[in-house]
Amino acid sequence: MLDAILVMSGLALFLGGVLGYASIRFHVQGNALVEKIDAILPQTQCAQCGFPGCRPYAEAIAEGRADINQCPPGGDANIHKLADLLGVEFKPLNASHGEPKPKSVAFIDESTCIGCTLCLQACPVDAICGAPKQMHTIIAQECTGCELCIAPCPVDCIFMIPVQENISNWKWKQPAYLKGAA
Amino acid sequence: MRALHHFNGGVHPPEHKGESTLRPIQHPPLPKKLVIPLHQHIGNSAKPLVEAGDIVLKGQMIGKAEGYVSGAIHAPTSGKIISVGHESVPHPSGLKDLCIVLEPDGLESWIDLQPLDPLNMDPSTLRNRLRDAGVVGLGGAVFPSFIKLNPGTGKRIKTLVLNGAECEPYITCDDMLMRERAREIIEGAAVMRHMLHAEEVVIGIEDNKPQAISAMREAAGQSMEVVAVPTIYPGGGAKQLIRVLTGIEVPAGERSTDLGVQCFNVATAASVHRATRYGEPVLSRIVTVTGNVRNPGNFEALIGTPMDHLIDLAGRLEGSTGAIMGGPMMGFDLPSTAVPVVKATNCIIVKSDALFPKNPQPMPCIRCARCAESCPAELQPQELYWFAKAGNFGKAQEYALFDCIECGCCSYVCPSHIPLVQFYRYAKSEIWAQEREKKAADLARIRHDLRLERIEREKREKAERLAQKSAQAKTAENSPSEQK
Repeated sequence: MLDAILVMSGLALFLGGVLGYASIRFHVQGNALVEKIDAILPQTQCAQCGFPGCRPYAEAIAEGRADINQCPPGGDANIHKLADLLGVEFKPLNASHGEPKPKSVAFIDESTCIGCTLCLQACPVDAICGAPKQMHTIIAQECTGCELCIAPCPVDCIFMIPVQENISNWKWKQPAYLKGAA
Repeated sequence: MRALHHFNGGVHPPEHKGESTLRPIQHPPLPKKLVIPLHQHIGNSAKPLVEAGDIVLKGQMIGKAEGYVSGAIHAPTSGKIISVGHESVPHPSGLKDLCIVLEPDGLESWIDLQPLDPLNMDPSTLRNRLRDAGVVGLGGAVFPSFIKLNPGTGKRIKTLVLNGAECEPYITCDDMLMRERAREIIEGAAVMRHMLHAEEVVIGIEDNKPQAISAMREAAGQSMEVVAVPTIYPGGGAKQLIRVLTGIEVPAGERSTDLGVQCFNVATAASVHRATRYGEPVLSRIVTVTGNVRNPGNFEALIGTPMDHLIDLAGRLEGSTGAIMGGPMMGFDLPSTAVPVVKATNCIIVKSDALFPKNPQPMPCIRCARCAESCPAELQPQELYWFAKAGNFGKAQEYALFDCIECGCCSYVCPSHIPLVQFYRYAKSEIWAQEREKKAADLARIRHDLRLERIEREKREKAERLAQKSAQAKTAENSPSEQK
């Protein structure tokens, strides 16, 4: 009887020690799940999901505070990826957060711009170049198309221009006439 | 005698090379205007150096290489720049790209050429010369040659392979070049050997070109080895030719450079010779015009020559149904023939229903695996097709999609007439697009994080300044009271 108790408690102590050591030795910095979710999100930083950026939304999903279908720029493709990652059912995009749009970049009509810097402050990725009372301009390569600069502009001189297909971003299409055959 | 090796698969399509080798290389008269695209090579577009109204000389640089992987563009003849803008270019999309339009003045007045003595010069000087002369691979890939001629520190190139195989049906531009200008090719190869410190030079030519082989053997003498390789498509693929000549199989994801072998097209060697020995940039190339034309042949066409101009010279025939740039296996259908000849244009095939009957309606894949038997890259084309069709691109990459050289053997042998290569091209370009998006997203994440950090820092600094100010104000308040 005593032997059994000693063996069991000895085992418990030993395994507890191993677990305790492992939790320190193999400690993961930060929240791995948040990182994985954040890697899927499109990083538009548009806040249409209701959170102030992609990372806060990723944190909210990880903590179960937000649903996976609140990101219009990511569209259905991203919802599928999130559903796979989290092992939940796919659900269609929640239309109250907006509709997916073709990728666009902002453009400032430089003759109308008064140099108020309000758009500079709104841009989540510092893609607008300018200074007080100087003309502003968008760095097109850095613009994520979040549209956050449009509302603050007092003279409505910012427009969204859809990204045109050109030689460098052109893609071969899937041979269409074969879609029926297998 | 060199022992030759084999690669997997390959096919024997009808050659159709005899038609265009009956007459010597012809020099077409100057066209009314030249349209010179700024993106004729792999890498960044060249940056235009001229504006509308400028008068340029033959050989003058009109587009500057931008960034490392890029090539310069030159005025192919003297004349006046009419415009710099978007024009139709030979690209499968049919989209327009930035071009310089030149109206020739017919004087052919050259710039001051600066000849070099390449064999007694530092390779790095020669590389700069080749970059400024716009020398790119003329076999079709148009990769800037100066990069391939820089093996990098600690790497040794043992074998320099010159590719004169020209395995694709219809194309004969390299054949004619070797027959008529073997001397230039050999001189260029000597310059390349000097730049790479290569031990040996091996020139591979398919044995369906006996005249080219004998001309090259005569020009090469004892200094270089000219090897007749068996005629089988795609024996002129760089990896396939290296395999046949040296027995080295280039592993997936590695380059032949890492294994001590570098491979260039014969026409590239000739342009290296002209650029270094005479200082002449790449202003023209040999183009085969064949298919449904009266007199198929080869033309030394200035870059920017409208393809219609060459087709007219070769004798336009009734019943044409479009044209292909490149060969029937790897080329692409041109959206129109009103596009210019570029450095990549080795061949223009005018199609007709007799020569290129319409593809039969594709049938379902029956899993016969004939595509796998024919694949020179030893892939599983039937699996790749499955994954590409289902949009399962990750799986396609696992099955080494990017080792596919798009030679078209699988489509050629497919009894169900499935356009397999089109599926691989589609899958590749989707994967590239995804990678571009991923890169853009990563950049946006970094910029957003940096912005948040900056806002935090500004807040902190402001608070510190305020604290300092109030502390100063306090001491200022306290000190007069102490004096009392």
